[in-house]
Amino acid sequence: MSAKTLYDKLWEAHLVRTDEDGTALLYIDRHLVHEVTSPQAFEGLRLAERKPWRAGAVIATPDHNVPTTNRAVGISDPIARVQVETLDNNCSEFGITEYGMNDARQGVVHVMGPEQGLILPGMTVVCGDSHTSTHGALGALAFGIGTSEVEHVLATQCLIQKKSKSMRINVDGELGRGVTAKDVVLAIIGKIGTAGGTGYVIEFAGSAIRDLSMEGRMTVCNMTIEAGARAGIVAVDQKTIDYVEGRPNAPVGAQWDAAVERWRTLQSDPGAVFDRELHIDAASIAPQVTWGTSPEMVVPVVARVPDPALERDATRADGMRRALEYMGLEAGTPISEISVDIVFIGSCTNGRIEDLRAAAEVARGRRVAPSLQQALVVPGSGLVKAQAEQEGLDRIFIEAGFEWREPGCSMCLAMNADQLLPGQRCASTSNRNFEGRQGKDGRTHLVSPAMAAAAAIAGHFVDVRSL
Amino acid sequence: MDKFTPFTSIVAPLDRSNVDTDAIIPKQFLKSIKRSGFGPNLFDEWRYLDRGEPDADCSGRPINPDFVLNEARYRDAQILLTRENFGCGSSREHAPWALADYGIRVILAPSFADIFFNNCFKNGILPIVLEDKEIDDIFSKTAGEGVLEIAVDLPGQQLKLSTGESIGFAVDPFRKHCLLEGLDDIGLTLQHAERIREFEAQRRAAEPWVF
Repeated sequence: MSAKTLYDKLWEAHLVRTDEDGTALLYIDRHLVHEVTSPQAFEGLRLAERKPWRAGAVIATPDHNVPTTNRAVGISDPIARVQVETLDNNCSEFGITEYGMNDARQGVVHVMGPEQGLILPGMTVVCGDSHTSTHGALGALAFGIGTSEVEHVLATQCLIQKKSKSMRINVDGELGRGVTAKDVVLAIIGKIGTAGGTGYVIEFAGSAIRDLSMEGRMTVCNMTIEAGARAGIVAVDQKTIDYVEGRPNAPVGAQWDAAVERWRTLQSDPGAVFDRELHIDAASIAPQVTWGTSPEMVVPVVARVPDPALERDATRADGMRRALEYMGLEAGTPISEISVDIVFIGSCTNGRIEDLRAAAEVARGRRVAPSLQQALVVPGSGLVKAQAEQEGLDRIFIEAGFEWREPGCSMCLAMNADQLLPGQRCASTSNRNFEGRQGKDGRTHLVSPAMAAAAAIAGHFVDVRSL
Repeated sequence: MDKFTPFTSIVAPLDRSNVDTDAIIPKQFLKSIKRSGFGPNLFDEWRYLDRGEPDADCSGRPINPDFVLNEARYRDAQILLTRENFGCGSSREHAPWALADYGIRVILAPSFADIFFNNCFKNGILPIVLEDKEIDDIFSKTAGEGVLEIAVDLPGQQLKLSTGESIGFAVDPFRKHCLLEGLDDIGLTLQHAERIREFEAQRRAAEPWVF
């Protein structure tokens, strides 16, 4: 039998049927749901008088619209409140488990899922959210879908799919001090571009990926979508198994042993052939900072804002000029001379406990720059928040002048009250620096948690390795 | 979903690459629990000079005269011409809902983001991938004072330009069939319900911890 990629194995294990033209029906093991992309899907079920195929496969939590300040007073925005209440009502009507806004387990859906052991190696995982790619870190095939597909999965437990091409990105060698998973994935996106992964499922491999913690791998897989890929995956190893063991929904006893035996096969066979293969030297990656309005517009912190005049491709040069104008930046400015107004630490990309530890390590015993207008720390879930408080990280942040908030998506996409004002410049640990993403006319620079904390202290970008 | 019928329309040129779904429909409109009514807020931050709010009347808002859809000649365009990686970013289906609600039925680009591309077909929008040089050529035909019209023939997979040329395009046969017939995917999949149940039983036996 020919050597298979991990993606081949995951695909074949879920293939219900295939048509002659390659259109396949793929079985979905786990379906995560949040308040923004699900109401129309539930409404569709109701109109067609359909029931969820397997309600037990579905877990919901509100995250995009929830306030990060005092939850006891509820949601003041009436439209957002209706959306969160609609999720509550739909879950209770259709028999779906929900971790509601005041449940300790509530959080950003992609932080909550792995934390609760709801994502297991070898699963297919979908959610009406592009950052579902996060869960590929556990050796699962996980991708974001639209609302029509949310309804389709609710009704049939399947998705209509065509198989993607395969790409392997090997990151080998050792990451330098102060260089994190976020920097790795930003560097990869800078190299292959925001459409570089379109049509592919990317397997991240190599010694630097194996050396990352599970949370680091989640950060890398999370941003696979920013490279345009359908999904990102990492092969199962002992770290994966150790991460899953003992979590609330993980198997136990004899089932655990059988599961582990199965999970150990979840890696690409030696000699498996990929449609595209890339090699990146881990030691060459420096802490990254985006300067523009697409995640591919990224440079090392030691570099300068690039010059569109040096870009040969006219459409790209035009895009760069538009980005510089929007960002209020001059070509040639050293990144370290760009001052920031707001710092946001959180999101499904960087809202986990290790991210908060890394940021707290930089903030410890220091003070946020007087020029800063706001520095927010938003834990990815209620349990991350509780863990951080147990470790005293909240005190470190508060003493340094950061605000310590309730869990949710918050300023990553600014659907709740946490938004940039026009012209405000933000060092953000989130995943998208699109125009208006964090608030109309707001300016976003994507960085790692340590780099964000360092920018908060200095009031401008600074190479975290120099601290 | 309505059947996709042949039509002819003016082409609106949106000369930008990497147009993301946040730009197509900004986040504040995602609080709606409906799937209709997003058209007035399509490209809200580019189309208007003020900040749009959900459920607010857009008729009196200050418009951005430099934005292509605000030019009188493009107001009724049902075909959008754009650059690579259109629809990148968030999976929000509100993006094709807004485009469809506005009246866009075909999008021409050298490439599309994956999730957006899928979402279009679920909403009666046909995204067509053309070669870079074909896109460049169509852009050049939209330059100047006049307008370019294109007749879209999905059964024949042909675009007929008002300048005389015809361009063939590729489309997935299953998706073409669904668009032409206005089919509901869920109904189609449920025709295989027995096979799904059989597969599920096998999977439950092989990996019971998943269930």
